[in-house]
Amino acid sequence: MKNYINYVAATLAIATLTQCKPKSASQVVTGDAASKVYVAPGKYDEIYNFVSGGFSGQLAVYGLPSARLLKVIPVFSQNPENGWGYSEETKPMLNTSHGFIPWDDLHHVALSQTDGLDDGRWVFVNGNNTPRVARINLKTFRTEEIIELPNSSGNHSSPFLTENSEYVIAGTRFSTPLEGNNDVPISTYKENFKGTISFIKIDPTSGHMSVPFQVVMPPFNFDLSRAGKGPSHGWFFFSCYNTEQANTLLEVNASQRDKDFVVAINWKKIEEYAKANKGRVTTSKYAHNIYDDKVHSATSTISDGIVQFDAAELKGMIYLMPCPKSPHGCDTDPTGEYIVAGGKLAATIPVFSFSKMLKAIENKEFDGEFAGLPVIKYESALYGEVPKPGLGPLHTEFDDKGNAYTSMFVSSEVVKWNIKDLKVIDRKPTFYSLGHLMVVGGGTKHPYGKYLVAYNKITKDRYLPTGPELAQSAQLFDISGEKMEMLSDFPTIGEPHYAQAIEASKIKDGQVRFFKIEDNQHPFVTKGEKESKVVRTGNRIDVYATCIRSHFSPDNIEGIQMGDEVYFHVTNLEQDWDVPHGFAIKGAAMAELLIMPGETCTYKWNPDRVGVVPFYCTDFCSALHQEMQGYMRVSPKGSSVKLVWSLGDFSSDAPVAPAEKK
Amino acid sequence: MKKNVFRLLLTGAFATIVFVACNSEGKKEGEQASTDSTTAPAVVGQSGVVDDQSQKNVVGVAVGSPDHTTLVAAVKAAELVDALSNAGPFTVFAPTNAAFAKLPAGTVEGLLVPEKKETLQEILQYHVSVGVYKLENLKDGQQIDEVFGGKVTIGVKDGKYTVNGANIVATVPASNGIVYVIDQVIFAPAKK
Repeated sequence: MKNYINYVAATLAIATLTQCKPKSASQVVTGDAASKVYVAPGKYDEIYNFVSGGFSGQLAVYGLPSARLLKVIPVFSQNPENGWGYSEETKPMLNTSHGFIPWDDLHHVALSQTDGLDDGRWVFVNGNNTPRVARINLKTFRTEEIIELPNSSGNHSSPFLTENSEYVIAGTRFSTPLEGNNDVPISTYKENFKGTISFIKIDPTSGHMSVPFQVVMPPFNFDLSRAGKGPSHGWFFFSCYNTEQANTLLEVNASQRDKDFVVAINWKKIEEYAKANKGRVTTSKYAHNIYDDKVHSATSTISDGIVQFDAAELKGMIYLMPCPKSPHGCDTDPTGEYIVAGGKLAATIPVFSFSKMLKAIENKEFDGEFAGLPVIKYESALYGEVPKPGLGPLHTEFDDKGNAYTSMFVSSEVVKWNIKDLKVIDRKPTFYSLGHLMVVGGGTKHPYGKYLVAYNKITKDRYLPTGPELAQSAQLFDISGEKMEMLSDFPTIGEPHYAQAIEASKIKDGQVRFFKIEDNQHPFVTKGEKESKVVRTGNRIDVYATCIRSHFSPDNIEGIQMGDEVYFHVTNLEQDWDVPHGFAIKGAAMAELLIMPGETCTYKWNPDRVGVVPFYCTDFCSALHQEMQGYMRVSPKGSSVKLVWSLGDFSSDAPVAPAEKK
Repeated sequence: MKKNVFRLLLTGAFATIVFVACNSEGKKEGEQASTDSTTAPAVVGQSGVVDDQSQKNVVGVAVGSPDHTTLVAAVKAAELVDALSNAGPFTVFAPTNAAFAKLPAGTVEGLLVPEKKETLQEILQYHVSVGVYKLENLKDGQQIDEVFGGKVTIGVKDGKYTVNGANIVATVPASNGIVYVIDQVIFAPAKK
């Protein structure tokens, strides 16, 4: 066969193809876009936008419409910026059944809901790699709880919430052999591998998570999900691909069948089944980590015992709806009647009807079974298809006017279409190759609408170049009119996947500004400088320290020896909004602590050499911040230097121990 | 009043940029930064990225081939340049000029008119699959789903590869997929 490579290379003198397409004013950002995103200095944004950080493992918070980055909330990854996952108090949050893990891949975001509306209490996010779900408290913007999911791999189809936050769902991307039968050849995928769908129950008051049951599914790759709402409340809908059940070269082998499935699960029935104590209990271990603001500390508990059901035994609870081809997004419209699945290799977008689905089930309009689950006839549950929507449909969100917005990865555009007549209304390019998109409140019963943000996978020339690694881009659209209008373009952290957004008014007034020192129940709290002390227990040293503008107490410590393990418990005595203090010791294999007012954080330090070691406040806190520092003297092991500590001793003598003061 | 002046200025700036872009056949490196930063440049997708260092994508491969000028003209007329410049991955069956010339006289010209854009898109999308199907993995009788129109059938006989009977005469890897040069235009079977 003739090889064209050399010949093509020789003729590549022609530069990259450039285009001069027809350009109308509607295709570009117009003059008033600037005023639509302008938030005057000192004014607040209208919307909080919670944007997954993808491989950063964190959650970014932007204000819209300005697209100003307000905060990065550390969740699954250590964050040296504020000591998350480094301080003794937060290390347990990153504990798993595999031990401490410093990173994960955070994909999806689910704001807690009451009656199908975002209530602004919590936001749930998933960790893909070592399957976990985290809950963030929106009063503190801190991760408060992380639960690991046993018998799960690739926690992609997660976290999606029911309309009263009864359950968060977590479905597996990777099927694997399950416990008791897990050392098997990979080639026995079809026989031995299983997917699971975990139901995480949410305590309505505390938000605490538990996993009452898991459903063992055929080895499909579960991709995304949505709960039903309104009439379809009580159901979950999942997209899945690899119904071919391939275990190698999925890019080819998982694209063979013309249709995969949307899986409809009646979770209320499964809940009843679970209450009847059916199912078997596995011994799989999983970590459950809870951070408590009263003690400013997290605990990690390793639990075991998850109740499992086989999908095939749940008669009348799980149905398959054929769906063209490798569906990715699976989204329920605000009325709860329509389920939209974006088949990334499909030429159309199928829209399923919940009421038709129920009728089909009632009339047994089935096309046989697949893996023991009834398959509803495609046409029986189908409301209609959006013809020629674009290339590579992925995710769909909804506005408050009966329109849907679907992201088209391959053709890189947002396509707006009407849910009732399935006609395309508008399409706008994004830059470049968007994955997820979100409308403010787009997952609720009553979307807020107004803004849509597209989160892209490719940035290339959008911003000033920064070498081979570029920030990923997002574009903000005004969707209040018939046609979408692109307003602005902004870089994001990590890799944005899904995001959600909520009216600022639902969150901003409930914020914690500082922690009351009298409520601090940390076991090593120091509630006043007079209580500061240093205690030796064997080779463990506990420093009960305080900080306040602009000194630490104590700030001179002697009598530490090589081989000691030093725990510096620093309590910030400030009771004033936005006056954190930082803490760091020279040469410590640690990140800083960033201690909020009223909080206690602990810095672990193993001195590695004899000498005098400085420490200081790392957060500019006052005009005398640069004076906020201290020294520790490290002596050889067995040294006769006494353990003493002090603050503000002006004598030339060595610091005086409290025992001597008395 | 002030706002109107502002708008007027912006509109003026915008018109200038469009003018510049059209005359220079697209963006020049650094143009976005050097021009008025408050006005968005004209809309060009990833095909407009100025980058002569990276490996060519499937469109770049076709553009660089003197045997594919008809295909390139068709891809432009069908407004598929941007889609095919995106991440893909694509397997493109790229008919040569000679392949197009085998069609009845006037067919190509008839498809390049704006009214036939949709038909042209459908034909071209039957030559594109999302996924990289490497030659060494192709099997006789294998069916591959195309973006539009359904499946094509691969033939492998005596070391020769065909797609719907058209010969695969060359293989060109691209940054976002693979281009198979074929000697016939292929058509989706008529819908029953």
